[in-house]
Amino acid sequence: MNQAPLLEASHLSLSFRQKTVLDDISLTLLPGQIITLIGPNGCGKSTLTKVLLGLQKTDSGRVSRRKGLRIGYMPQKLTLDERMPLSVSGFLGLTRDARRADIDHWLARLNITQLASQSVHNLSGGEWQRVLLARALLIKPHLLVLDEPVQGVDVQGQLELYRLIPELRDELGCGVLMVSHDLHLVMAATDEVICLNGHVCCSGHPESVSANPAYLELFGRRLDSSIAHYTHHHDHEHCDGHHHGDHTHD
Amino acid sequence: MTDILQAWWLMPLFAGVLLALSAGPLGSFVVWRRMAFFGDTLAHGALLGITLGVLSGIDLTLALITGSVGLALLLLPLQQASRLSSDTLLGIVSHGTLAVGLVALSLADGIRVDLMGYLFGDLLAIDSTHVGWLLLSTGLTLGLIAFFWDALLAVTVSPSLARIEGRPVAALDLLLIILLAFTVALAMKVVGILLISALLIIPPAAARSLSRSPAQMAALASLAGVVAVMMGMSASFFWDTPAGPSIVVSAMLLFSLSLLKRD
Repeated sequence: MNQAPLLEASHLSLSFRQKTVLDDISLTLLPGQIITLIGPNGCGKSTLTKVLLGLQKTDSGRVSRRKGLRIGYMPQKLTLDERMPLSVSGFLGLTRDARRADIDHWLARLNITQLASQSVHNLSGGEWQRVLLARALLIKPHLLVLDEPVQGVDVQGQLELYRLIPELRDELGCGVLMVSHDLHLVMAATDEVICLNGHVCCSGHPESVSANPAYLELFGRRLDSSIAHYTHHHDHEHCDGHHHGDHTHD
Repeated sequence: MTDILQAWWLMPLFAGVLLALSAGPLGSFVVWRRMAFFGDTLAHGALLGITLGVLSGIDLTLALITGSVGLALLLLPLQQASRLSSDTLLGIVSHGTLAVGLVALSLADGIRVDLMGYLFGDLLAIDSTHVGWLLLSTGLTLGLIAFFWDALLAVTVSPSLARIEGRPVAALDLLLIILLAFTVALAMKVVGILLISALLIIPPAAARSLSRSPAQMAALASLAGVVAVMMGMSASFFWDTPAGPSIVVSAMLLFSLSLLKRD
């Protein structure tokens, strides 16, 4: 397998109206590696993801992608207009160069074959996340980018999804970049963690990061509240995955 | 038989049917992308085009198309660059061009222009040249939309996913907008500036509750549009009502009927 980096970002900086969002960020993504970007809300995770995907320009620095790199992207949130009648298989069929057989394969792999003919407008949060993941996989990605993949999914579903990601990495031999707001459940599923707060606070193996003073300073105080958050999540969003705006994570 | 082929209402009917056929899929995109106001603005731009056509003496159909397509091309970058919210910007341009068009038209000395005809449509003014234009525009619209169907749909559903998958998002947006501008310009003589949006939006809205896929919705919208044109023109023929508004009333009736089917 080609071991050249999938993607290399060097010295990315970006500010919006004098507010620094990204401050001299460099990172390298290797094939087969799972990297998780963590950080509090507003730390620049989503912006950095957009930059790496090529959806957002920076003031300085550059991103170089391996030639012919295919990226499968699972957005944090995608709301479809109710006025378009669309089934799950119709939605997946919009993936560029998607073949029927591949759609059936991924539907079966993610245990959502029974959703194929259902309308995309009547899915629960967890079901919709899986459909979005299927769409990202259909592109046969070299790099899978998952932006808050478990948002609006109940705890059981979160554990399953985090178990699935290393499996998918092995099946596809792809690199994975995940975005998460904390380290709790992601820990087992990731090789490397990059802790972000405008700049890279610390990075490395999940265990070493969770003991790092910079990480503790950023997250230590929040630890209790984020556990409370998950409990809350659990009673509240079991059947219906819609994310409530009032449950912010900081 | 030759009598029927030469009947005065044949050309208008033909024009109306052609228009409804392309308005179905185009209108569906307008509904999905929330571009109703955009369509209206293009219609107002077409009136400005008429004014310029009258003043400069070029062919009026050409002037119509130039006005509407020109405005579309102007609006696209302006919308991306402007910090005003999209509906505010469109409100300014839409009513601004309408007002400038009307003022300039009144200043054009000695030239009588049938303003009512442009505002509400003027079926009697439809001749074989106009039908020829419509034939061209409808053929082009249906052909291109069918050819780029998956890509246009993908960009409509999620521009960012489409961009990451390597689809030419800006070019597809541009294609849709130019086709829309063409249709809007040519619709003017049939239903008039003030009712063009209705023809774009009501048939897809009527088709929505009966469809299970985007393609079905677009096809049913074309069908609903054709039925509305036929009903409206019959009403106009038998009861001497104005044709453009009669077509829109018929489309409204179809929409009301579609509400009976709830899924």
